[in-house]
Amino acid sequence: MIVKELAEQLELKVLAGEEGLDREIKGGYCGDLLSEVMAKAPEGCVWLTVQGHQNIMAVAVLRDMSAVILVGGHSPDEDTKQKADKEGIPILLWPGSAFDLAGRIYAGLA
Amino acid sequence: MAALRKTFRINKKDFIHAGEASISVKNLLKSLHVDTKLIRCVSVCGYEGEMNVVMHGGEGILSVEIDREKVILEISDDGPGIENIDLAMQEGFSTATEEQREMGFGAGMGLPNMKRNSDHMTVESEKEKGTQIRMSFSMADEKGE
Repeated sequence: MIVKELAEQLELKVLAGEEGLDREIKGGYCGDLLSEVMAKAPEGCVWLTVQGHQNIMAVAVLRDMSAVILVGGHSPDEDTKQKADKEGIPILLWPGSAFDLAGRIYAGLA
Repeated sequence: MAALRKTFRINKKDFIHAGEASISVKNLLKSLHVDTKLIRCVSVCGYEGEMNVVMHGGEGILSVEIDREKVILEISDDGPGIENIDLAMQEGFSTATEEQREMGFGAGMGLPNMKRNSDHMTVESEKEKGTQIRMSFSMADEKGE
């Protein structure tokens, strides 16, 4: 599945990094501690987090992520969006909980 | 190939550009067709080292040296130094501020992540003088993450 398909299926709002919407999703990861995500997130994953500050994009780039999904109604800072555009990694929004979204994505990828 | 060496500045408290040196190193390794797994290990170590300098250190330098056999990553700063290196190497130990913790830093995983993802790591630090960390990564080895 590519990011665009996931966004359409689950009605996720695409806020930045549109250029990366055709990235392939190979898995997912949930976490808000950056070192933990940096150490364990798999390549090509979608990352579900509440962190919206610009440092999340360095983690996304270095881990070769497909997209970052801000959950729980959180939104990214303006410079986070700019970095997402520059790196071509989409930032998507989900108003509900990470648990709820992770379940849906997992079911979709299985 | 002859050893290739590049250095990048890390600025104190500069959260805006934090991570960019590591991204440059990653892109450099990618352009040299270095093994993807090794790039990921170097990326983790570079990022953690860079964030440590931004959060705790002073002005810093990240340098990378690449030759046929290995990648050497060195991160140094002129900050306050690490008081107890053994304690700092323990998973979960952190001196991050409340604000940094809210941003998802300060899990106390930085140095342990660096040790786990490199083949060899040395930490030298002197109070009020700064910290130097050197990590090597063998091109031949398979590293666990």
